Amino acid sequence: MQAIAEKKKALTFQELLFRLQRFWADRGCVLQQPYDVEVGAGTMSPDTFLRVLGPKPVRIAYAQPSRRPADGRYGENPNRLFRHTQMQVILKPPPVRIQEMYLESLEAIGIDLNEHDIKFEEDNWEWPVGGAWGVGWQVMLDGLEITQFTYFQQCGGMDLDPICGEITYGLERIAGFLQDVDSIYDIVWAVEPDTGKQVTYGEIRLAEEEQYSAYGFDYADVSKLWEHLNLYEAECLALLEKAKGFEAMDALALKRFPVLGAYELALKCSHMFNLLDARGAISVTERVGVMARIRTLVVGVAKIYAAQGVAVGG
Amino acid sequence: MRRRLSENMADFLFEIGVEEIPARMIAGAQAELQKRVVGMLERERLVGSGVVSRSYSTPRRLAVVVEGVAARQEDVSEELLGPAVKIAYKDGVATPAAVAFAKKAGVAVEQLSTVTTPKGEYLAAVVVKAGRGAAEVIAAELPKELAGIYWAKTMYWRAGKPERFVRPVRWMVALLGGDVVPVEFAGYVAGNVTYGHRVLFGAQEIVVDRPEAYATALEQAFVIADVEVRRHRIRKALDHVTRTVDGLRWREDHALVDKLTHLTEWASDRSVVLGEFEAAYLELPEEVLVTVMRDHQSYFAVEDKSGKLAPYFLAVLNMQADEAGLAVIRHGNARVLRARFNDARFFWEFDQRTPLKERVELLKNVTFQKELGSYAAKSERVGKVASGLAGLLLEREIALNPTALGEAVVLAKTDLTSELVKEFTELQGIVGGLYARAQGYSQATADAIYDQYLPESMEDAVQRTVEGAVLALADKADTIAGMFGLGLEPTGSKDPFALRRAANGIVKILAETTVALPLSLREVATVACGQNEALAAKVRGFLAERLEFYLREAQGQAYDVVKAVLAAGAEDVRDAVARAFAVTVVRGGGDFAAVSAAFKRMKNILAQAAEKGLVAAEFVNASLMTDAAEKALWERSSELASEVAVLRSETNYHAALEVIATLRPQVDAFFDAVMVMDPDAAVRSNRLALLREVLGDFSGIADFSEIVTAG
Repeated sequence: MQAIAEKKKALTFQELLFRLQRFWADRGCVLQQPYDVEVGAGTMSPDTFLRVLGPKPVRIAYAQPSRRPADGRYGENPNRLFRHTQMQVILKPPPVRIQEMYLESLEAIGIDLNEHDIKFEEDNWEWPVGGAWGVGWQVMLDGLEITQFTYFQQCGGMDLDPICGEITYGLERIAGFLQDVDSIYDIVWAVEPDTGKQVTYGEIRLAEEEQYSAYGFDYADVSKLWEHLNLYEAECLALLEKAKGFEAMDALALKRFPVLGAYELALKCSHMFNLLDARGAISVTERVGVMARIRTLVVGVAKIYAAQGVAVGG
Repeated sequence: MRRRLSENMADFLFEIGVEEIPARMIAGAQAELQKRVVGMLERERLVGSGVVSRSYSTPRRLAVVVEGVAARQEDVSEELLGPAVKIAYKDGVATPAAVAFAKKAGVAVEQLSTVTTPKGEYLAAVVVKAGRGAAEVIAAELPKELAGIYWAKTMYWRAGKPERFVRPVRWMVALLGGDVVPVEFAGYVAGNVTYGHRVLFGAQEIVVDRPEAYATALEQAFVIADVEVRRHRIRKALDHVTRTVDGLRWREDHALVDKLTHLTEWASDRSVVLGEFEAAYLELPEEVLVTVMRDHQSYFAVEDKSGKLAPYFLAVLNMQADEAGLAVIRHGNARVLRARFNDARFFWEFDQRTPLKERVELLKNVTFQKELGSYAAKSERVGKVASGLAGLLLEREIALNPTALGEAVVLAKTDLTSELVKEFTELQGIVGGLYARAQGYSQATADAIYDQYLPESMEDAVQRTVEGAVLALADKADTIAGMFGLGLEPTGSKDPFALRRAANGIVKILAETTVALPLSLREVATVACGQNEALAAKVRGFLAERLEFYLREAQGQAYDVVKAVLAAGAEDVRDAVARAFAVTVVRGGGDFAAVSAAFKRMKNILAQAAEKGLVAAEFVNASLMTDAAEKALWERSSELASEVAVLRSETNYHAALEVIATLRPQVDAFFDAVMVMDPDAAVRSNRLALLREVLGDFSGIADFSEIVTAG
């Protein structure tokens, strides 16, 4: 009964995002827009992956649609999505009160901690392709994992100093919890102010889930995906090769060198790999090899990003 | 230093507040902190040995209280040795050497004394080292101990990376009696302020007046710092809440109780919720439901009076609430579980669309190991090994169903391609077995698949069936042979492919199956390694090493017994276990000890003779015996040897050993009266032959010379 009462005042999906953005903006975060290249997780956005490098303090927050083709279920599974939304908060260096700030953010979205059971359970994060890892927790709210909380330690194979606190909220999960619905597609995304009519998550996103699942599992042209991957890789490698000439560049050329462009190309490769993987097109022998190829790109970009930062900054 | 109750002593409290420590690391760190603090205080002469201490922990803190810490170290006087008197004085006048020594020691030249050492006369100075105050010592020494605590994984959090710890440190309390000890670590200076439960108490500061008040002060702030008290309360709460529904019982799970004890700061009868799920989910296999609850949600499974899984779960909270509050939390947890069960059901149904036999082909796409290829290749190798082992067993008239074994081998790894195993990897094998059953394969086939990964630990059960055991032996032996073939043997503490666990499994299976499997370690190794004899020898050696480990660790046999038994044969696992038990039973007897000691002497004599190039005769010749004791030993040992041989063939090792022990009078008399190394070469070599025969006849159960005897 109480749950039903709660449901009525529960935030809509978009209000949830507004509140979190407001909360973190009030704590000094710059609100960034979602990155416009396919990524598997908010961490892969350059706003996290590259900004954590180097000594410069950063406070940034953004929602990031994250694509995981293999998790697609044609919209048939109420808990799994090909594309879900993460709310990513990056705090470098992490403030002493970071955990308390996080708990306050839960209060801000209508979770009264006095009424729930919250636990921080060990969960260490790792992205081997990015040479990145951190330690932290999965935050459990009444048995539901609602957040990944990570102290980033390494990125692009480089030790971070200062390290960085990363808070990743699973927005669909939290909205489902707040609204007490059993299917993601039943989440109320928005309510029309005049009529009170509800717009659901399903209305906005179900077609995407259906079609992208079909694309990823059934339609994607394997040989073309390979071609794309090879092309993106070749271009990224060419840029990495040119970056070897950093020392000979003048300040302007150095500043304008497209490290960010190279990173996008690496992300494209990663996405192509995920599509091929979902399609079941990567054989045993190929798999490890392709991952190593992408790692070369991602780690290579991180290295030149750091080098460029040093050169330009110094 | 004995404990004195005096005003010069006080209890010492140290607490370090940390962001949530991983549950699996807490118990070890708590014990280590206690050991380090007590050890440091002993080393610094602030407590005596056997001092009373207590330790505490919650996810957010580690703490230790040590009773009766001295306020100061006692002064110690120390004698420093200086230069030789010859050098120190010239004509009765102190030389610069003497002056420098006095200065270094901090005394006047007149206060120097002389001491006589084996090397001559030397100058000496008695220096009194003033004891330091306890607070000063602790503040100087404790930070090093904190930095030295072992963590499985650590992190940096401060800029400049000044220290590593498991998670960021957030406060410290250090109190000697009522006084703060300013211990500095991780950017904090210890004080007398601690914090309570995040939610139930909030962020207010708690001032701890004295170490004795620590646990009570925290309890008022909804923190039970004593782990055992918390564990007990959780168990009580589980009982209490489960009893609210008639006939229910929670499934005992020590590991889960332990985990939840280390995930919570508080526990009361209002800290556990009993939730329900729809009975329809009980159509899913119990293994799947329990795994979801235990491994993924940390919930206890609940059973009814008959022991069957009931549609309930128990969640342990780091919280407490009234009925209405618990209802909300129960509702949330039930919702998550429902989603998890839905997923599992979805995977189960989805997986049925592709039967196991169609998945065989898919195994070509699942890597086992880069150089050893896919699981399809592995299954093929395992098939060969399994049929080799099965052939040996059939020759030895062990009943097994080759069809079921063959099917099980082919299907064994197919569940790796299922969605359910991808989601719940800990259910590999089990899911395959369940699917095989659901898809109409025989019980024997399904059980063999189901049991294939057993035993995962020394406590685990082994296979229920011969087919299952053969599949597991073949699988594990093939893994070991494959990795050894690539030079990927375990080294030191590194065993990335868990080959030791695989070999332990082989030994345990051979030792413990209901139907004994008469396979030697050499046979298992040889069948797995094919024609490669050098590899087979290596693998056999590795298995023998694990047999030694098994006898010691799983069967609790003494080190010398294990050595003795394995020296007499390390091929037949069951036989080695039986021999070890028999030796352990008789080894306490006086006669047996005496015979063992005598056998050791015989072995030494033979070894010394061999070193000197003195050869034993090929046969024992009674006509060359000159001494009655010698003859008596020969006759009696020959009689006993045939008796022992019969008992051994009946594997009645205990009786055989008791017979061997009766040889004591003849053995004793022999060594009292006879000198083996007789000057006469013929007599001597005959005696050596006698010793060799006696040792040979009686060393089939164990090499007694390895037994450590008292005195």
